[in-house]
Amino acid sequence: MRPRRLSAPVLLLLPAFIVLAAVVLVPLLLSLYSSFTPFRLTRPATFFTFIWFDNYISIFASRDFWWAFGRTVLLLTVALNLEMLLGLGLAMLVEKASRGQRLLRTLMMFPMMFSPILVGFQFKFMFNDNVGVVNNALQSLGLSNSAIPWLIDGGLAFFAISAAEIWSSTSVFAILILAGLLAMPKEPIEAARVDGCTPWQTFRYVTWPFVMPFAYIAMTIRSLDVARAYDIVKIMTDGGPAGRTELLWTLISRTAYGDARMGLANAMAYVSIILSIVFTVYFFRKLAAARVQIGAEW
Amino acid sequence: MATVSLKKLTKRYGNLEIVHGIDLDVADREFIALVGPSGCGKSTTLRMIAGLEEISGGAIEIGGKVVNDLPPRSRNISMVFQSYALYPHMTVRENMGFSLKIASRPQPEIDRRVAEASAILGLDQLLDRRPSQLSGGQRQRVAMGRAIVRDPEVFLFDEPLSNLDAKLRTQMRTEIKKLHAKVNSTVIYVTHDQVEAMTLSDRIVIMRDGYIEQVGTPDEVFRRPATRFVAGFIGSPPMNLVEAEIRDGKVDFGKGETLPLPRQFKGKVSVGQKVVLGLRPDDLYPSGHGIHSGEEEDVHQIELPVSVTEPLGNETLVFTEFTGRDWVSRMLNPRPLKAGDRIKMSFDLSQAHLFDAASGNTLRS
Repeated sequence: MRPRRLSAPVLLLLPAFIVLAAVVLVPLLLSLYSSFTPFRLTRPATFFTFIWFDNYISIFASRDFWWAFGRTVLLLTVALNLEMLLGLGLAMLVEKASRGQRLLRTLMMFPMMFSPILVGFQFKFMFNDNVGVVNNALQSLGLSNSAIPWLIDGGLAFFAISAAEIWSSTSVFAILILAGLLAMPKEPIEAARVDGCTPWQTFRYVTWPFVMPFAYIAMTIRSLDVARAYDIVKIMTDGGPAGRTELLWTLISRTAYGDARMGLANAMAYVSIILSIVFTVYFFRKLAAARVQIGAEW
Repeated sequence: MATVSLKKLTKRYGNLEIVHGIDLDVADREFIALVGPSGCGKSTTLRMIAGLEEISGGAIEIGGKVVNDLPPRSRNISMVFQSYALYPHMTVRENMGFSLKIASRPQPEIDRRVAEASAILGLDQLLDRRPSQLSGGQRQRVAMGRAIVRDPEVFLFDEPLSNLDAKLRTQMRTEIKKLHAKVNSTVIYVTHDQVEAMTLSDRIVIMRDGYIEQVGTPDEVFRRPATRFVAGFIGSPPMNLVEAEIRDGKVDFGKGETLPLPRQFKGKVSVGQKVVLGLRPDDLYPSGHGIHSGEEEDVHQIELPVSVTEPLGNETLVFTEFTGRDWVSRMLNPRPLKAGDRIKMSFDLSQAHLFDAASGNTLRS
């Protein structure tokens, strides 16, 4: 009897399916399954105890989790808005430069070239209450005569983290918006000037609508970035003091690897991924609408 | 409505001077065309009038008021751009009403004025579309509508028809002419197309390399070009311009080929003077296939070989070889000719032009 042979399309697609299953599907299913177990790395047998939605129920009842969730949303809002404003400002300044624009564009990208871990270390050092340059400057300028506990007070620590996050990633906005400004035809701006617009009105009614899709692309990228923020916080405060700067992913990693409660951590991760999806969908909708608005051909 | 005056208007980019102190007076409600080849400074001049380019020297007056340092929005002008420059994110209605909205006019007034302008331009059906949903001609119309709605003192057009195909261009040209008759305001119109300039304008300003070569009505610049450049630029096909020398009362092209000195230039040239003779294709024709405008005795006939013919239906352009080059002539009621045929050509010298070879200026005066 002749062995049955697989048809060519199946055969050709099979390697891709196998690889995808091995690296994506199986881990995903396993992690989903483990979020329904009290799985602890230290007690492997717990992997096989099925506890239904207990993990999810305890998450929804957990104040720590919701604080971390809220802080992440706050960081997203603060960081994205400020990065947008600063990036827009930077892009518009660089676009005005008639000489050395290439050099400026390169300089603008510098912060993106450093690992977030190093940015975290640098900012931790700068915000150090004893030897940090921030306190030093404030004191030298006579604006403060005490050592401000930047990384020890909860509110200030959040500010310091936002500063590091914004410093390292404003250029994402700046570069995408600059691309938009450079791609923009100049005549509508001139038409607006003739039509009676002040420089502010020209920006408000002509330049901004054109640049908006580019800002939304940056928003989408950065919302995913910030929603998974971990490295800078880990280095600067490690979620401290007393959990006052705990974000979703620092909490999840602490639960998973510190407390070894993998099942619970997986359940948290699934909930927080919803956050990322919500933001991404939101900005994609905005992007699509903005593209239609300017009649973009891309 | 307003007059526009340019006084010693100069534009420099660094050390490079683009416009060299030009003077021009545009009368109220006049339609004036700035025409010239690319790089002659016509668009720069227009943009300076609009306030989109700073001026390096001289003055611009609109309605008797110096506007040198006023921003475009304070000059009471509107401008139509070559690329239409519509706002892509606004509908036709919003595009047209935008300037009024900026000026915080009441909504009913905006609606009324947009409706009036769109009726003039036949845009009523398109008011809720976006520019990306319009054809080139429609976009151009919206750009004009946007200009009309403002009811400005001066309209500035910067090569508005250059991006349209030939057929649409002819059609829009007529519409612009009608439009000017309706809105009856001062228009400054930049084009590199001499036909547009001739058909539309009351007066034409011919520019070259940042200087004004001649200002005159279409008829003047066509019939009495002040310089060799104007003679060559205006008219299609262009005037035959051939270098020669005055010798023995004749225009001598060398190698024994001559034409009699046209009567109108007797006493205005000196023997040995280097000149350029100009003769329009209309004033050179196969004998019996054209009309002479002057006296019979001014028509000089020579038998010449045909090198190429370009039949256009109602007429044929015949290129004949004379003085070592092709002279283009217009043959009315054409009969078939082929290359190499020798035919008798009529030179209507009463219509001939002579320019000084060195300065390029006309010797007519």
